[in-house]
Amino acid sequence: MTKLTDLTVAGIRDGFRAGDFSAREVAEGFNAAVAGAKALNAFIVDTPDHALAAADAADAARAAGDAAKPLAGVPIGMKDLFCTKGVQTTAASHILEGFVPPYESTVSGKLWEAGAGMLGKLNLDQFAMGSSNETSYFGNVISPWRRSDGGNAAMAPGGSSGGSASAIAARLCPAATGTDTGGSIRQPAAFVGISGIKPTYGRCSRWGVVAFASSLDQAGPMARDVRDCAIMLEAMSGFDPKDSTSLDLAVPQWEAGLSSDLKGKRVGIPKEYRVEGMPAEIEALWQQGIDWLRDAGAEIVEVSLPHTRYALPAYYIIAPAEASSNLARYDGVRYGQRELPEGANLQDMYAATRSAGFGPEVKRRIMIGTYVLSAGYYDAYYTQAQKVRTLIARDFAEAWDHCDLLLTPTAPSAAFALGEKMADPLAMYLNDVFTVPSSLAGLPAMSVPGGLDAGGLPLGLQVIGRPLDEQSVLNAGLALEERAGFTARAEAWW
Amino acid sequence: MSVDTATVKRIASLARIAITDDEAQAMAPELNNILGWIEQLGEVDCTGIEPMTAVIPNTLRLREDVVTEPDQRDLVLANAPQAEHGFFAVPKVIE
Repeated sequence: MTKLTDLTVAGIRDGFRAGDFSAREVAEGFNAAVAGAKALNAFIVDTPDHALAAADAADAARAAGDAAKPLAGVPIGMKDLFCTKGVQTTAASHILEGFVPPYESTVSGKLWEAGAGMLGKLNLDQFAMGSSNETSYFGNVISPWRRSDGGNAAMAPGGSSGGSASAIAARLCPAATGTDTGGSIRQPAAFVGISGIKPTYGRCSRWGVVAFASSLDQAGPMARDVRDCAIMLEAMSGFDPKDSTSLDLAVPQWEAGLSSDLKGKRVGIPKEYRVEGMPAEIEALWQQGIDWLRDAGAEIVEVSLPHTRYALPAYYIIAPAEASSNLARYDGVRYGQRELPEGANLQDMYAATRSAGFGPEVKRRIMIGTYVLSAGYYDAYYTQAQKVRTLIARDFAEAWDHCDLLLTPTAPSAAFALGEKMADPLAMYLNDVFTVPSSLAGLPAMSVPGGLDAGGLPLGLQVIGRPLDEQSVLNAGLALEERAGFTARAEAWW
Repeated sequence: MSVDTATVKRIASLARIAITDDEAQAMAPELNNILGWIEQLGEVDCTGIEPMTAVIPNTLRLREDVVTEPDQRDLVLANAPQAEHGFFAVPKVIE
């Protein structure tokens, strides 16, 4: 029999409903996996009791004849950017260390209502700022994957949802929440060979999610396959009056709508995504993906997104600008850490608290944001970036005249080793070159594993869709998944 | 344009982040590197283009001006580094 921890979300749900095993057995299996994988540093806090309580509730409900909750019996991991009632929430920062929210984020609350239990709070880049999980105050997350070169280099799981990625790939949880500001679900999913979808901006409530860049941040699920992403996304999405950017729309039945038949769909290949110096393996995988979608019945067309090269610099103005504003709330007054040097006044306390509480990357982004918003530079940087953002969104809108979906690589390379890019912030930022444009335009986009590179590391393909057309994105993801037949997994060393 | 140490310190002060002279010196080239790179946005002709304010068309909802969560004082103060007499406590502001 398959180990319970090897089952997908759908597998657990269906097996639990059929009475093949109890929810408690599942929770105990994953709790043990979490406890045995400290070497990955994927979790900041373990919450085995939360998982067991949800499992016992599911078992009791089933005994009473009710196993209908969509995630009954399914324990998951929660990115530590989601506020969870009574459980420490830190956004992987020192400044929020010890913060225990007296409230529940809307997304996590929806998941508990759907029957899910929580295995723990997953590590991430501090305040979700990073592409490698090397900026967490609680230490780096390590990918379960290793290069096949015989070396033992610890690999980056990607970021910022690297704890989520690592935990799913290592079978510590069947699924987890992620958040994506410029690619923080898709890039880590690609690095560890799992799937993840960022829905249309506004699908998932941002209420109770620690804010980074509010016009970009969007929650989404990460899981081992496309079906599980659909199941999770259904449970996470929906209108929330507490979030003014939440879309007042019904949640489609994405799982029921899954179909890998792409007949009648046109898939655009944006020519500007063929960036200089892209590894031949990425190019080859992209071509393979094109062939797979054609095989699934799609018509392939070349499209142009002329402002693509300006997306990344626009993003690194807009995101830090919003971050500098959002993170102004961390001042040592209402929650989190406080530094009060001898004889300090209020201003000194703010400055000392923020200096001690934020890591270097967070400070760097707050400083850039403060600079681009400061008098004399606001129009040249910030307003210009917002105009470029309009042009980038317009590029996509025009592309939709010619196609229904876009196919691109997810990241410009496979995972790199921890430490390899830390010295050069700019080189790190370039990792998000393929994921940022769709974030700026608020579009749904997903990464699915496509294959392995010569070093034996996973590579991802990205599908981008029209606003609110998550179904087509998931369907194309499914078509790729069926054809890629990706079954590789990291060998347990932890 | 180049960011010097004095500018870094001014920005740090605006951002309410205490930094030492050494940190300011280390940060100046980093910021210059990043700002130099984002300056390529200046190449884009944005004549007549409106800056984007909402990524997905959506109208801002207003809620009724009513109290929805009365008497949450203890919960609000639960995470305060220092709370006294039902208030957040900070260093003396007025002598």
